[in-house]
Amino acid sequence: MSGKDAYLKVENLTKMFGEFTALKNISLEVFEGEFVCFLGPSGCGKTTLLRAIAGLDIQTRGRVEQGGKDISGLPPSERDFGIVFQSYALFPNLTVNKNVAYGLENRKTPKADIDARVAELLESVGLTDQSDKYPAQLSGGQQQRVALSRALATKPGLLLLDEPLSALDAKVRVHLRHEIKQLQLRLGITTIMVTHDQEEALTMADRIVVMDEGEIEQIGTPEDIYSRPANPFVADFVGTMNFLAGTAGANGGVRLGDIDLATTNGPGGIMEGVEDGDAVTVCIRPEDVATRGVTPDTANAIPAVIKTLEFLGSFYRATLRARDTGKTAIRADFSINLVRDLEITEGQDFTIALPADHIRVYGEAFAHADDLI
Amino acid sequence: MAPAVNHAETMPGQISVGAPVKLKVSGEDWIMRGVLVAIGLYLIVAIVLPLYALLSKSFQNKDGTFIGLANFTEFFSTPALSYSVNNSLTIASISTVIVVSLAFVYAYALTRSCMPFKSLFKGVALIPILMPSLLPAISLIFMFGKQGFLRFLLFGHDIYGPIGIVMGEVIYVFPHVLMIILIAMSMSDGRLYEASESLGASKVRTFFTVTLPGIRYGLVSAGFVAFTLIITDFGVPKVVGGQYNVLATDVYKQVVGRQDFEMGAVVSMVLLIPAVIAFAADRIVQRKQIAILTARAVPYAPQPSSGFDAIMTGFCALIAVIIVGILGVALFASLVKFWPYNLSLTLGNYDFSLRDGGGWDAYANSIEMAAWTAVIGTCVVFIGAYLVEKSKGFHTGRAAMQFLAMMPMAVPGLSLGLAYIFFFNAPDNPLNFLYHTMPILVICTITHFYTVSHLTAVTALKQIDAEFESVSASLKVPFYKTFWRVTVPVCVPAILDISMYFFVNAMTTVSAVVFLYSPDTALASVAVLNMDDAGEQASAAAMGIMIVLTAGGARLLHALLTRGLARRTQAWRKR
Ligand SMILES: Nc1ncnc2c1ncn2[C@@H]1O[C@H](COP(=O)(O)OP(=O)(O)O)[C@@H](O)[C@H]1O
Ligand SMILES: [Mg+2]
Repeated sequence: MSGKDAYLKVENLTKMFGEFTALKNISLEVFEGEFVCFLGPSGCGKTTLLRAIAGLDIQTRGRVEQGGKDISGLPPSERDFGIVFQSYALFPNLTVNKNVAYGLENRKTPKADIDARVAELLESVGLTDQSDKYPAQLSGGQQQRVALSRALATKPGLLLLDEPLSALDAKVRVHLRHEIKQLQLRLGITTIMVTHDQEEALTMADRIVVMDEGEIEQIGTPEDIYSRPANPFVADFVGTMNFLAGTAGANGGVRLGDIDLATTNGPGGIMEGVEDGDAVTVCIRPEDVATRGVTPDTANAIPAVIKTLEFLGSFYRATLRARDTGKTAIRADFSINLVRDLEITEGQDFTIALPADHIRVYGEAFAHADDLI
Repeated sequence: MAPAVNHAETMPGQISVGAPVKLKVSGEDWIMRGVLVAIGLYLIVAIVLPLYALLSKSFQNKDGTFIGLANFTEFFSTPALSYSVNNSLTIASISTVIVVSLAFVYAYALTRSCMPFKSLFKGVALIPILMPSLLPAISLIFMFGKQGFLRFLLFGHDIYGPIGIVMGEVIYVFPHVLMIILIAMSMSDGRLYEASESLGASKVRTFFTVTLPGIRYGLVSAGFVAFTLIITDFGVPKVVGGQYNVLATDVYKQVVGRQDFEMGAVVSMVLLIPAVIAFAADRIVQRKQIAILTARAVPYAPQPSSGFDAIMTGFCALIAVIIVGILGVALFASLVKFWPYNLSLTLGNYDFSLRDGGGWDAYANSIEMAAWTAVIGTCVVFIGAYLVEKSKGFHTGRAAMQFLAMMPMAVPGLSLGLAYIFFFNAPDNPLNFLYHTMPILVICTITHFYTVSHLTAVTALKQIDAEFESVSASLKVPFYKTFWRVTVPVCVPAILDISMYFFVNAMTTVSAVVFLYSPDTALASVAVLNMDDAGEQASAAAMGIMIVLTAGGARLLHALLTRGLARRTQAWRKR
């Protein structure tokens, strides 16, 4: 990606609502054909950023550049984008056909071309037979597709989606995720989608921009964000994570109570700059905790007691209390086979290991209420 | 302007770059702002400048010299004048208490009982809206006057005076108050009643712990509206006031009777005070009411209870009979030769050519004026409300426009009409050519009824999706096309409501236009006044009936249109 010039550039963008700063110095780039998600908790400024990019609510300070052109101060009508809102904002008194054709009819496109384009779009979202209905006669998922078709009809350079799936029920949502992603790939349209649903972001995006309180916490591929969260906030917001309080040792080592753990976060890693003896937060995902064939001699082994064992369908999630790490609980995923083979039960002693290359260490204390028992 | 201080920017590691972004204002935005400013200017010319003229006049002597508060001092030190303040306040207070109580029970019966004929009762209660306030007063005279067949009910008291005024005002204001209370009641939450009943609370206890608190703001608001309507009403006291002077009739007497414009200005400034106070208080209360009604309420479904339902039916029937009686007596009196001595039927009273007031021409003028008011008023109000709600940026302009749109509500019709004389009849005013024409009547009436229409339009616009304009801009469709193709069709029910409101009020209003008509532009409602003045009560009643029939016809047409429209658009309007 980095070889190409960015299609959309946001530079030092700040947005204030009166005294309240909703966006603080946001900078990011989106490349041609890329699908980028803005992910973050509700109220963190995702919609505000999207609306600034669209020109609907102009930023207080900062630049926006699209296709090499500075569009910072342009009104929405002079920008090049299509948008789908959470409410869809379909015109209730116009049929599906008319809604989709709305932007085309204003461009002196010949009637036959409009009809063909509308038919093509409706075909691609599977709504050909609904074209004469009104929005109120369609299901939520169908309305969503009409809104998408309307936004795409004029072939904009940039597609903006604000929580397009959050008004739908779970099943439709999962289905539409896939459909939207396929459509985006097929059209190759540069797309920004706002969501507070991490699963949505992880499954759909090429890159994710994780935001909190008006600031960017991390930008990266879903794999990056999930496996190498840049800070405890991202680690916590995306997926499930164990947060263990420890102290820093030498060479990327950390100490949890009496146990020394090796990590790969040392020189050149995210522990760069953390001093010996500093308080740190040691993170590992439950599915990365080693459970099979672990002996007290295994590297990074931790003797523990199984406090609870929760059946989650395809695996068990155990909560373990390490003997030497104080009050902190460690969650670990046990395969069904393992539980069956070793006849694992609650209250039993069990040794786990935290593989060095799956441990993330952050040079700041981060307490998480769930983790205390 | 220095950039605002922002803590985030001074935090370490944060660099803020660049000057504040200036939004390029698009051509469309200029159109929006231009139209908004034009409508704002209209309101400035139609309400702010005339009020200013009124205010200055009240500080001048006959020669136009500024004399400070001298006129006001004279007003308050002349007992004959200052008594009116007392009288007005007394009448308005008593009538308000009576009408709010009656309307409350009526609304309670309509929403909380299982009495029969509810829609009939509701329809009958709204009849007085179709009348100029002169008409119920004229009917009262037929019933309780010197030759009235119900005179014995007054036990020797005279209908001319406070008794007649209170009776007339209660009837005139009843539907307005009823509608406010009905809305408050229908918005209160049925679940609270179920909870109260399931906790074993008695009907009485439920009433005091659930019903009353739930609609307290509605009741207060109804009280303010009633008080304002009554204290500023001119029709009722003009007809049955007798020697009992109130502020509204004083304005008329000073201006039309004595040609003392300065004192007229003073009295109408005094009349403005309670109206403005009531208006401000009502706005505050309304805001509170909205705050308690944000959650989605479940409508209450009353259970039959034979005793209670019977009492409620009896009460509503009594009120309904009074209202129908008022209309019936006026109708009957207009159709007989000489009430009450010669009761043979005739259409002679409808031959207005023999009477004062402008005759059938006045009636035609009224229809013309009401039609123009409805058409132009609806367009101006709806476009103005649309721009206030949906235009981008330009916050000062939009806030100013919103303020201007709220102003007319606080100005009594008589004050407005008098203000128009001072402003438009000034020889140096370039708009002077409008004086004594049909356009000035239309402008005045639109302005007089601007606020309620504006609020209706704003409410309708707030209910549609806020992003139509954003979508439209992203599709490069100019806002005015989307306004015409989407916003207007979606808002047609509200647009019909507004035009009906304008039409009916333009037909029935007397107070503002009474100062502004000319022999060529006499109006039906003013003709009622003048024929009554000339002692032609039967013809006055006949013209009143014509107004009721016309306004009623408009309402019927409105109902048919609304229903037909609902049927035609049900495919996309269903929720
Ligand atoms: N028009 C506005 N006026 C004042 N504050 C606003 C406005 N729009 C958004 N905010 C505030 O800005 C913050 C970010 O809002 P938003 O971008 O809508 O969040 P998100 O889309 O991430 O849920 C919130 O705290 C919100 O209250
Ligand atoms: Mg949002």
